[in-house]
Amino acid sequence: MNWISNYVRPRINSLFSRREVPENLWTKCNKCGTMLFHRELAENLNVCTSCDHHMAITPRERFGALFDGGIFTEVEVPAPVDDPLSFKDQKKYPDRMKTARKGTGEREAMLVAEGEIGRTPIVAAAQDFSFMGGSMGMYVGNAIIAAAERAVQTRRPLVLFSAAGGARMQEGILSLMQMPRTTVAVQMLKEAGLPYIVVLTHPTTGGVTASYAMLGDVHIAEPNALICFAGPRVIEQTIREKLPEGFQRAEYLLDHGMLDRVTHRRDMKDELVTILRMLTGQPPAVKGDLPAPEMVEETPVEAPADPAEKAEKA
Amino acid sequence: MTNYLEFEKPLAEIEGKAEELRALARANEEMDVEAEASALDKKAETLLSELYTDMTAWRKCQVARHPDRPHCRDYIEALFDEYTPLAGDRNFADDHAVMGGLARIGDIPVVVMGQEKGHDTKSRIERNFGMARPEGYRKAIRLMDLADRFGLPIVALVDTPGAYPGKGAEERGQSEAIARATERSLNVKSPVVSVIIGEGGSGGAVALATANTVMMLEHSIYSVISPEGCASILWKDAEKMREAAEALRLTAQDLKELGVIDRIITEPVGGAQRGRDETIAAVGRALEVELKALMKQAKGDALLKARREKFLKMGSKGLAA
Ligand SMILES: [Zn+2]
Repeated sequence: MNWISNYVRPRINSLFSRREVPENLWTKCNKCGTMLFHRELAENLNVCTSCDHHMAITPRERFGALFDGGIFTEVEVPAPVDDPLSFKDQKKYPDRMKTARKGTGEREAMLVAEGEIGRTPIVAAAQDFSFMGGSMGMYVGNAIIAAAERAVQTRRPLVLFSAAGGARMQEGILSLMQMPRTTVAVQMLKEAGLPYIVVLTHPTTGGVTASYAMLGDVHIAEPNALICFAGPRVIEQTIREKLPEGFQRAEYLLDHGMLDRVTHRRDMKDELVTILRMLTGQPPAVKGDLPAPEMVEETPVEAPADPAEKAEKA
Repeated sequence: MTNYLEFEKPLAEIEGKAEELRALARANEEMDVEAEASALDKKAETLLSELYTDMTAWRKCQVARHPDRPHCRDYIEALFDEYTPLAGDRNFADDHAVMGGLARIGDIPVVVMGQEKGHDTKSRIERNFGMARPEGYRKAIRLMDLADRFGLPIVALVDTPGAYPGKGAEERGQSEAIARATERSLNVKSPVVSVIIGEGGSGGAVALATANTVMMLEHSIYSVISPEGCASILWKDAEKMREAAEALRLTAQDLKELGVIDRIITEPVGGAQRGRDETIAAVGRALEVELKALMKQAKGDALLKARREKFLKMGSKGLAA
């Protein structure tokens, strides 16, 4: 593969402007270094075709692959107060938000949608690590509450994909308050007798792990995902020793009883369908790709929608 | 011996001088220093009240962490009768960072619990500086189970730099333990009252502060992250903790305005460390008032519902810029 990185890439770079090129054609696996053709990588759900390394995937891409026919309807999330603390570090919080919105084309760090997977109606929420590290603030709290309420209203299970560096410091105590707040959302589901499945993806840390991400009926993680409360660096500084290989990775947590399963992204959909249909007393699903379901109530959103345009409006 | 904080240095100088004068006078009977010494006393008193007025957030952090502040154990000993400690998480160990058990406040039997930081080297190590491991949170869950089963109110005293970031703690499910403790406190039917008496450090504090009524001592702090941690992440410089403390809005006064806490308990001039008994008594009075108010509302799952509603609504308003 070396000839690609040494020869082809510089040549491409010289042909096009820097802005347009690399992401569009090639991505380098940050584990094995293989240059991956972008389309091929997208078809493989952003999993390295060479070493199976699970790279980040945006909520929109994930939902596109998860829902039957790639069709889902977004669940509206109420907008919280902007910049509630007038927070300023080296940058102003509203400026950081603007950059994140521009960079991702999304409004915030969580996307909530409803649709069918294997003809099984669900509500799904996915956290977006590319949006300020997926951090949990008021919006993410609102999103989880909206997801839970929608699930209760339509009597659907909730599948939540977590990914976050933790709480959003720029919202101070209000981000911390999302721990009890989202816990109340989880309680709504449990009391309505609806399944709540958490899929923990890389990385899930801090207050997110210590609230809704660890309260699922079933916990599934993607391979090698870092899942922890305190991050490895903080621990190494505290205990002044090197941590063992694989510490706080999905497989390690599975060994220590914190997870039910570690599942390849490619198999995740089928597994979710299987589990959900059993938990909700439905007959086994027909496996494989299904045509898009007929949507009756609402107008479906084609996935992926044009996110940039949406963010402009937001 | 008084432990002076960094910003109290001018005060230390004045008080030191007064003491020196008096020591001189004791050694030399002919010297009359009283006039001069009491002038210094007066100056010190004025300075003290100045230092403790309109404090910066960072100064509050220092006061909140002052080693001479009354700790959980001090409150339990002074305010509660028949305290009967209950140990263990029934699973792995007894975490000494969290203490708790049955006790009476006035004549009300309650479950009392809280993080204890320790008061000297030996007890600090034993208490792990108030940083609980999963066993500590699971012990809290067990105590909440007990309270709920017998309809006893829960009093939680919060004072922790945070949950312990250790290898074993992670292996045994620190996140899960904290999440379950928060969940448990949202499922309790009996009244839950929390007082943040010093440091309310992040997720490790929230698990014991998901209460119907959350009170804070005047100079205590409650934050999503320590100012040092925040500074090193957002400023890439841990020395920017003053700026971070300010930005995080972690003081009792800001949190009251944000609607995150319900009541501030006033501390004596110069902080709880200078008036321990007075502070403890003030906390006792506030606890009795709030507990009695909640016990009147405790019918069926009314308090459980109110607690959930309260946290669902939290954060709907920001601070005035
Ligand atoms: Zn690879």
